[in-house]
Amino acid sequence: MRDVAIVSVAQTAHRRAAEELNEVELIQPVIRSAMDQVGATIADIGFTCSGSSDYLAGQAFSFVMTLDAVGAWPPIVESHVEMDGAWALYEAWLKIQAGHADTALIYSYSKASPGDLPRVMSRMLDPYYLGPLWPDSVAYAGLQARAMLDAGTITEAEMAQIAFRNREAARNNPNAQVVGSASVDELLAAPMFSDPLRVHDCPPISDGGVAVVLAADDRARAWSDRPAWIRGIDHRIDSHNAGARDLTTAPSVAIAAERAGATGAFDVAEVHAPFSHQERLVVDGLGLGDDVELNPSGGALAANPMMAAGLLRIAEVADRIMQGSAGRGVAHATAGHLMQQNLVAVLEGDS
Amino acid sequence: MSVDPTEDRSVSVLPDGLWTQPVADVPGGDGEDPVRRLTVPAAMRYDYTPGLAQSRFLRGLAEKKILGERCPVTGDVYVPPRGVSPVSGLRTTEQVEVGPSATITAFCVVHIGFGVNAPPTPFVSALFLPDGAAVSLYGTMGEVSHEDVRIGMRVEPVWVDDDQLTTSMENIRYWRPIDEPDVPADELKGHM
Repeated sequence: MRDVAIVSVAQTAHRRAAEELNEVELIQPVIRSAMDQVGATIADIGFTCSGSSDYLAGQAFSFVMTLDAVGAWPPIVESHVEMDGAWALYEAWLKIQAGHADTALIYSYSKASPGDLPRVMSRMLDPYYLGPLWPDSVAYAGLQARAMLDAGTITEAEMAQIAFRNREAARNNPNAQVVGSASVDELLAAPMFSDPLRVHDCPPISDGGVAVVLAADDRARAWSDRPAWIRGIDHRIDSHNAGARDLTTAPSVAIAAERAGATGAFDVAEVHAPFSHQERLVVDGLGLGDDVELNPSGGALAANPMMAAGLLRIAEVADRIMQGSAGRGVAHATAGHLMQQNLVAVLEGDS
Repeated sequence: MSVDPTEDRSVSVLPDGLWTQPVADVPGGDGEDPVRRLTVPAAMRYDYTPGLAQSRFLRGLAEKKILGERCPVTGDVYVPPRGVSPVSGLRTTEQVEVGPSATITAFCVVHIGFGVNAPPTPFVSALFLPDGAAVSLYGTMGEVSHEDVRIGMRVEPVWVDDDQLTTSMENIRYWRPIDEPDVPADELKGHM
């Protein structure tokens, strides 16, 4: 295995609607920042990979247009995933491990504001049985919360505490969208939004993006005084059919964590749990204890740009390692409905 | 073209036999009519916003101006602008009026119209390189026989009446030839 590290990260401020910007105008400053931090031009990058979805902005081949922000002429080696950018990072990591590149630029973004996101998300479902019912993503997540409440694996008060902790943590995140929270008692006094979910249990709808530069071996050391080495990374999926799953667990989190070597002590954990109850599934799957600083960024409950919120978790952990405030961390990303797909990465600085 | 919905399901208005699909063999149960079709309404509404650079471009069109934006590194002018130079990856900021005269860099004689606003066939759709721009705009030709259209032909836009101008590409009804010598094809390389 080659030593591969994250050497720079950049993100937008996340907000409900970046109405004045098109997607390439949204992501270009972030790509430039990630490249400028290491003094790289596109000629220094061996592989470029992005994550986005045409369904969000309602534009066909939108990722081709955002390639303008890379400066893809003369032609570059490039790929795209219709996935969260965490999976674009995984593809780039494989490319580097295979010896086909020494460096990579990864970015992902969404401008979800033009559409009706909870409805758009229903298009991820199978087109025969569930898709035709058009279940919106909030109601769908509510099924999972109800299953967990009925099974006794979480309480409404614990869900409110999760929301409270994340949004209070977001006070220290200048890029967060939802910052600060009412008290847990006040949260629990609020009416149901999509029973059993209250508004505080749900993520905001966000426009935003993130970019990361990867480098191997000596190149990583040349580009960063303190690279965030990727010590392990793995992703697994549960059935796409929610009716065939026990919604109160996410076995693929635990399997990915085991394969990524996510055991032992962590200084920081960033987990991608768009709905409050889902944080419990990830924390249990990762086996995290109380000694870990959990979601210091505020997580997806503070800002949830689709296709970017997972890569943001990795970027947040990497940033803390590169800044020297953390030695070892674990990042988690999810995709699909109800934590169907899960990716776990272990990051570490030089001791 | 005749279509019997119980025998044949037409999926286009193309000539008979092309892209049609034989009826599905659906076994019925207990003599009941088989369920052959399920209608599920499917629509998603998007409120599109074009961004900074394209907004500038569309506002220019409302004044019968074609506005491109310049790459700060190569000096090439892109139209319509998307705000970023695809070659340098840097923001374009300087607006440059291009055209209105232009040169045909590629064209196609269209014999099958589709869409409610398609011109009568045959018509010519083409890429038009406005003077001063590095890339071409799409449009259709008018006031000329399709047999006379050629790469390198000089053209100008024909705008809608002034009281019909909006922030839309529809402001250009079509392009028509102007009396200038053709541009040699070699000079158009890389500008499609």
